Amino acid sequence: MPYTLRPEDGLTVDADSARYVAGHVDTGDRWVLNFGPQHPATHTTLRLVLELDGERVARCTPHIGYLHSGFEKLGEHLDFNQYVTIVSRMDYLSPIHNDITWHLAVERLFGIDITPRCKVLRTIMNELGRIQNHLLCVAAAGLDLGALTGFLYGFNPREKIYDIMDFISGQRFHPDWTRVGGLMQDLPDEQTFKRMVKNLIREDLPVALRDIEGLLNRNRIFVDRTQGIGVISREEAINWSLSGPCARASGVARDLRKDMPYLCYQDNWDGQGAGAVGFNVAVATDGDTLCRYLVRLEEIKQSIGIIEQLIDAIPQGPVDTFADSKVVKPDKKDVYGSIEGLIQHFELIMSNRGWKAPVAEAYGWNEGPNGEQGFYIVSDGGPRAWRVKTRPACFINYQVMQKLTEGHMLADIVAILGSINVVAAELDR
Amino acid sequence: MAIPANQITNVNPSPLNRLESAYLPEIFKGFGTTMRHFFTSFGQGPTSRTMQYPEERRENLPVEEGGINASNFRGVHRLNRDEDGRVRCVACMMCPTICPARCIHIEAAEAPWDDREKYPKKFEIDELRCIFCGMCEEACPVDAIELTTEYDIVGLSRQEMVFDKEKLLHIHDLTIGKKPM
Repeated sequence: MPYTLRPEDGLTVDADSARYVAGHVDTGDRWVLNFGPQHPATHTTLRLVLELDGERVARCTPHIGYLHSGFEKLGEHLDFNQYVTIVSRMDYLSPIHNDITWHLAVERLFGIDITPRCKVLRTIMNELGRIQNHLLCVAAAGLDLGALTGFLYGFNPREKIYDIMDFISGQRFHPDWTRVGGLMQDLPDEQTFKRMVKNLIREDLPVALRDIEGLLNRNRIFVDRTQGIGVISREEAINWSLSGPCARASGVARDLRKDMPYLCYQDNWDGQGAGAVGFNVAVATDGDTLCRYLVRLEEIKQSIGIIEQLIDAIPQGPVDTFADSKVVKPDKKDVYGSIEGLIQHFELIMSNRGWKAPVAEAYGWNEGPNGEQGFYIVSDGGPRAWRVKTRPACFINYQVMQKLTEGHMLADIVAILGSINVVAAELDR
Repeated sequence: MAIPANQITNVNPSPLNRLESAYLPEIFKGFGTTMRHFFTSFGQGPTSRTMQYPEERRENLPVEEGGINASNFRGVHRLNRDEDGRVRCVACMMCPTICPARCIHIEAAEAPWDDREKYPKKFEIDELRCIFCGMCEEACPVDAIELTTEYDIVGLSRQEMVFDKEKLLHIHDLTIGKKPM
């Protein structure tokens, strides 16, 4: 789906020479400051080489590679289920998001349609992951400017989300919860799950949001420090292919959940005419740090709305797809009780058997908290992907860092960096 | 396909009014929030989220208050024993095959018992390499390897953290009461 806006003449900016902030006078007296890789304000392990003119940033050169772990290469060595343990370490602010995206891509490769129950559960957890990620970013917006208190209020509901992850999967940080064609396991107890989620979205989150908004939104120091800082215009946001809240804060009204819907965001997801979940896309026009913060706040509220629509409508039935049982491990009952189940179980684990993947290429996408997140899989028919390419939101959004920071004060770098919400594990993968 | 206008929420910030740009009223409102949290979280107040960890442990709490769900919690492994106290494992090598971290090492030998062909002569799990994904438990066809509710394992050396068969069977004896097979 092509964007209607094309780069126009004169809009292409040479990042090395163009001054980004009007009225910036360069005295020519430069000194170099290394910001990171080990600095608490960089959030993660990344390094910025800042050429400073007094306290103003004349040039900011981001260096990446300090957290390189070979995630993509590992995708060629682990099978379609095993690799989920690796992808959840990419955007570790919302690991469940990566799990869901990876298996959306694999299911697109295999041509599997997952069950309605699985779709609803994945959508709920997808939105919880989004809340989890945005809460950290929104809370850290104050922290980056020296206001620690709001940060702690944001972490209280995050802890509850971790408890939900722990309950459904057994591990709080890296759930590794999805499997090809289904989930690792059904909910241990549906009523408890519903109570926990409702408790979170009706009691904990509204209180935390009220506190954070009350502390920051109309606080003059916060507004002065963020308004007009790190501005990127609509055209430039499109030219630099930003996505997610960074693009929407600049007025690009695009959201993959609306544009190319999947899971419960598309109409007729259960095959019986259920409508897509309703939500609004938060858009601002100024494109500065404050707008990115406000867009994320609004997205948390929209995510709460989506979960409210789905939490009481979880359909009954299996979570795993049985129509194509070539990819789903059979139930333990069948493994012990029937020879077919046992053979199927062994074949899916033994690396030279099972896994009849089509020789094809597939791209699976998901509107991640930071923007479009996707996996491109090239399969040669073997048990593992021949090549896995990640489309990380952070890596693409991080390109504009140099432009955003140019001409601003040293202290604003931290605010801008926090508003893009860079996760270094996604940069280096 | 553009998103229809009625599905777009504009969140542009409105300019600060005179009272807000006077700075002090908003600051005192903010102090109000902080103070409310301060007084309600005093000691173990209603908004306090602190868990007094060594005295208060997650396994003793109900699930909805942050406790752990014993049926699927992914803690340290154990090797289950059968009714006669023998190791259940039949050394089928499913768990080292599925393990994404490659942390399970099994050496199989002919079983000294009549009801099975193989048993693990050596069974080692490197708990430092393990990522606790639980796939070994999913893959095991005889319910021999399971993850328990124990999460606070310590060791003074790397070698100590490579759990062998005896240690894993010992964990079974320790945790069988908390988490039945």
